[in-house]
Amino acid sequence: MTSVRTIVRVANVTKTFQLGKIAVHALKGVDLEIPTGQYVSIMGPSGSGKSTLFNMIGGLDKPSTGKVFIDEVDISQLDAYELAWLRCRKIGYIFQTFNIIQVMTALENVTLPMTFAGMRSERATEKGMELLELVGLADRFQHKPFELSGGQQQRVAIARALANDPAIILADEPTGNLDLSTGEEIITLLKNLSHERGVTIISATHDIKMLNVSDQVVWIRDGRIDKIESREELTISVGRIDARAGA
Amino acid sequence: MATIDRSNTATAPQPRIHRQVVLPLGKSFEIAFNSIRVRFFRSLITTMSLVLAVSFLSFVSVNTDVANGLLSTGDPALRQALIRSGYDLAPEDTRADSSPKQRWIVILSLLVCVVGIVNAQLMAVTERFREIGTMKCLGALDRFILRLFLLEAGMQGLVGAGVGALSGAAFALLGNLLRFGTRALTTPAGDEILLSVAFATGVGCLLSVLGVLYPAFVAARMQPVEAMRVEQ
Ligand SMILES: Nc1ncnc2c1ncn2[C@@H]1O[C@H](COP(=O)(O)OP(=O)(O)OP(=O)(O)O)[C@@H](O)[C@H]1O
Ligand SMILES: [Mg+2]
Repeated sequence: MTSVRTIVRVANVTKTFQLGKIAVHALKGVDLEIPTGQYVSIMGPSGSGKSTLFNMIGGLDKPSTGKVFIDEVDISQLDAYELAWLRCRKIGYIFQTFNIIQVMTALENVTLPMTFAGMRSERATEKGMELLELVGLADRFQHKPFELSGGQQQRVAIARALANDPAIILADEPTGNLDLSTGEEIITLLKNLSHERGVTIISATHDIKMLNVSDQVVWIRDGRIDKIESREELTISVGRIDARAGA
Repeated sequence: MATIDRSNTATAPQPRIHRQVVLPLGKSFEIAFNSIRVRFFRSLITTMSLVLAVSFLSFVSVNTDVANGLLSTGDPALRQALIRSGYDLAPEDTRADSSPKQRWIVILSLLVCVVGIVNAQLMAVTERFREIGTMKCLGALDRFILRLFLLEAGMQGLVGAGVGALSGAAFALLGNLLRFGTRALTTPAGDEILLSVAFATGVGCLLSVLGVLYPAFVAARMQPVEAMRVEQ
């Protein structure tokens, strides 16, 4: 563990939304380094700025001040083409609301990013089927999203996020719209991916179940980082809570 | 995927930022076509005003073609029949072109039709904000979104205007058949009628694409976060 590369670096990022005369400070100066291959959970109460941070890291929105580096490249310096390439090849997104394209089948959804990446159609279909198999939906490849359950849609989204072998998967409350056991399945799936493929997973969540699988938990409160706990510290504090609960 | 290849995982050194994202034309057609097919009812509504306006245009110009054809036979009886059915023909006229008033009505109907298309397309685009945002998250450029909308509008326009032009021509021919008997169909105006139908189809196609330009620009320029925040 001597030479762990930093894949995401957030440097003093603030974000202010101007709502008429009122300025909403969603992020008030966030510094964060995420090493390659880790499973990082961003935890915090509703409105604390998790989604805002998620959008900054994913290059979906621009910080008011500060910088975000992906692989040590400042993403505010990228032009439209480079940004599109980054979204296409480097980052896979998973959303709370699944965001499967409704008019396309499961397979078409998964192969779309490969098409953008310039992959030949037969190869894309082949790989799309492999990915659907990986998430356990190979037999549903021709189904439209409305014929799939929420958990199944989220798995299609995970397969789609993996389409171009991204280095990072960003997940904003991936289990937010799912029931307990389905949420657990999704979490296990993500954990296995980070283990087996070495993908860096950054997940914003309310879901305490996420804690068990995270290598690192970033607690965020009111637009600032409250504390960052690694896995070891976490088991201790969770253990303490358990002990207290037991007493 | 039982064994997972570690060689192409994120831990291996990766190329830095590049700029190549593509959407081949064939694939664009496929996506646009499927999009119309799946939202058939929506597309039908968008195209309806176009069908009507184009069929009116085609109706008027085919009528004129037939009248010109009848005049060119030089038969005085037909000339009288034309005048009786409302054509303003001075003794020296050799052509029965549509009156300025008629032309204005056609132009107005086309204008109304464009406004209708813009309106319907704006609504259609709003319904698809989330889809557009998602596509952008997957690496779509503004150009891809624009191209998909233009292709859709082009295809809708071609079919809608085609149907409109043919039905307008059919009605015109039928009307003339009832008024002037079979002579109306045996005049040497065949080429001109075909030309009128083609012209009306072309105009319809153009209007369809014109009507989607503004909505498509709005859609293509959306930031992904804005597009996906829209509740649906
Ligand atoms: N587009 C926007 N315009 C104005 N204010 C915004 C916008 N997006 C977020 N905010 C504000 O920024 C703050 C942080 O929002 P954010 O969505 O990041 O919270 P969150 O931690 O993701 O919450 P949740 O857990 O409910 O998803 C909130 O106060 C919110 O009202
Ligand atoms: Mg959120």
